[in-house]
Amino acid sequence: MTEIIKHEPTTIYIKPSKGLAALNLRDLWIYRELVFFMVWRDVKVRYKQTLLGMAWAVIQPVMTMLVFTFLFGKVAKLPTDGIPYPVFSFTALLPWGLFVTALNQGSRSLVAHNNMVTKIYFPRLILPMSSVFAGLVDFAIAFVLLIGLMFYYNVTPAWDLLWTLPLFLLLAIIAALGVALWLSAVNVKYRDVNQALPFLTQFWLFATPVAYSSSVISEKWQIAYSLNPMAGVVNGFRWAMLGAGNGPDITLWVSATISVLILISGLFYFRSMEKTFADTI
Amino acid sequence: MTTAISVKNLGKQYRIGAAETKFRYNMLRDVLVDTFYAPVRLAKALVGKSDRRMNQNFVWALKDVSFDLEEGKVLGIVGRNGAGKSTLLKILSRVTEPTTGTVAVRGRVGSLLEVGTGFHPELTGRENIYMNGAILGMRRAEIDSKFDEIVDFSEVTQFIDTPVKRYSSGMYLRLAFAVAAHLEPEILVVDEVLAVGDAEFQKKCLGKMGDVAQQGRTVLFVSHNMSAILRLTQEAIVLNKGRLIMRGPTQEAVDFYLSSGQAQAGERVWDADEIPAASQPFRPISLKVKNRSGKVVDTVRSTEPVMVEFEYHLDAPITGLRVGFYLSTMRGEYVLTSFDTDNPGLFEKFDARKAGRYVSRAEIPADIFNEGRYSLGVNASSFGVRRYFMDENALAFNVDISGAPGTHWPEPRVGPVRPRLEWKIEKLD
Repeated sequence: MTEIIKHEPTTIYIKPSKGLAALNLRDLWIYRELVFFMVWRDVKVRYKQTLLGMAWAVIQPVMTMLVFTFLFGKVAKLPTDGIPYPVFSFTALLPWGLFVTALNQGSRSLVAHNNMVTKIYFPRLILPMSSVFAGLVDFAIAFVLLIGLMFYYNVTPAWDLLWTLPLFLLLAIIAALGVALWLSAVNVKYRDVNQALPFLTQFWLFATPVAYSSSVISEKWQIAYSLNPMAGVVNGFRWAMLGAGNGPDITLWVSATISVLILISGLFYFRSMEKTFADTI
Repeated sequence: MTTAISVKNLGKQYRIGAAETKFRYNMLRDVLVDTFYAPVRLAKALVGKSDRRMNQNFVWALKDVSFDLEEGKVLGIVGRNGAGKSTLLKILSRVTEPTTGTVAVRGRVGSLLEVGTGFHPELTGRENIYMNGAILGMRRAEIDSKFDEIVDFSEVTQFIDTPVKRYSSGMYLRLAFAVAAHLEPEILVVDEVLAVGDAEFQKKCLGKMGDVAQQGRTVLFVSHNMSAILRLTQEAIVLNKGRLIMRGPTQEAVDFYLSSGQAQAGERVWDADEIPAASQPFRPISLKVKNRSGKVVDTVRSTEPVMVEFEYHLDAPITGLRVGFYLSTMRGEYVLTSFDTDNPGLFEKFDARKAGRYVSRAEIPADIFNEGRYSLGVNASSFGVRRYFMDENALAFNVDISGAPGTHWPEPRVGPVRPRLEWKIEKLD
């Protein structure tokens, strides 16, 4: 039998929280294994009892890519900075898919797990967080397909820029988590979020350079356009992967700053609403 | 001795009866009005002025509650429905935040009855043990070391790699309980009022709780079952309408609770704030015990029939409703259960009860009760569909046995009933 080390029990003080709640990252650290288990469960369960299983992780972006290729590549003939349209759009669909999954699952995470929220204590941040991380698995699978696609179209990766890719992935996670924190907390009280989500993601897709290149936006609107955090992420992805576009400039910094601001404000908003979750959900 | 739990001036305020403007969505006009009013509601919500705040009432589910509990003690918590017992446990287990006051809790708080939280039907028993353990705050190494014990305890060894959606509800519950029971928190919280499962399972819960108490860990135990409280705790607190009104040795606390709080001379009237919202559309009004002459009494004679009257209101029609009572002794042993539609003829006649005010009356025949104090509980449910309302200790009354069989011997008789049996004595040789 393994010897369990008996820790001296720590004293927890329970009292009404006032004003801006502390983030309490220590609790989050104690419960880190729960994040892992939640992600693992999400991944394990998502494609259970489906015929195609994990293939769904690639079917969705591939179908979207085909539709885009036909509509925007063949019919509208949008400029792609000299990259074959399928590769051009699929590269953008990867971070976009991660963002949308995270947004959808994350925003609904608290309400979907309301029996956990009303019954036991754990840092509530874990729910939206693990929804966001679970999207990474789909991302990884689709990424393999992207590499295949690049071989097929004989597109050389931008080897010298590739090391920046994880940074853009991180930025995508920051943006997704920030928005998911806001929406999941609001959703506890106002289920309008559920209704607004499909519309919101659709609208957001058009406001993000997934189907088109952001170079079609005129110079004077570039800054306003980059207020969309996903614009920076998608442009960055294309640049890091394919060497397309101008690379990091002022618009990326605007996008990144907005993402970080959304995340920080989201964290504090979430924490300040957290105390009422169990009562209002 | 160190203090395990220290509660100071604890209070919890809930917003109730947020009297929503009633939209009848079946009328087109209302739908249109509601739709076009939406921007106004949105604007008000954004500036933090809820449209519905005007009609809101606040209620203190818990108010000025203070007590300390030493490590290794078992404390019983008694009180009526809505007295604040569950709210207290919820605050202690950090599910909800108090409105006022502080609690200092030394060690991990575990709950025995929030079992199966986070169980996923598609995962196997093995996977769910790890998942559920993590949710309850166990480390992976801890689960690893207790895994075999948990599986043994749950008695589902051969199905451990089967998805739990294929489990019977009994197996599911056993597995869920096994995980919770092996959590080994420093402080264990047991809310028997929320207990699910069959009698066998509940017995197992109580057994486990007894073990935990003997290992010298702190236990908080909520129950409506006075015999369980008496058996398992040495000390108890009594809550009434959110306030702590008494603390003392269990026997004294239970006596106090039974004689003060609930019995109002043979009659129990439900206040609006004592009726849980979940009981809608069933609304209990009063429960009365009457003697042969129709007078509401606190003490009945065992030699006379006793009339039990339960008055209630249905805010909407209910199909298949049955309203009835439990009769139990003060030690928590059940004597009988009876429903107003036990008679098939009546069940067919009252298959669907329209909205309105009703009274269900039953006559308990003479020569049933033994001497002592009995408790009446009420239940309103549709079998297999839903339980609308239940209060297991709605009312208590005394039974006087003068003139009952065998009273010419001045000795107490054991057993909850003292029927007048038809004895015959024959000489055989």
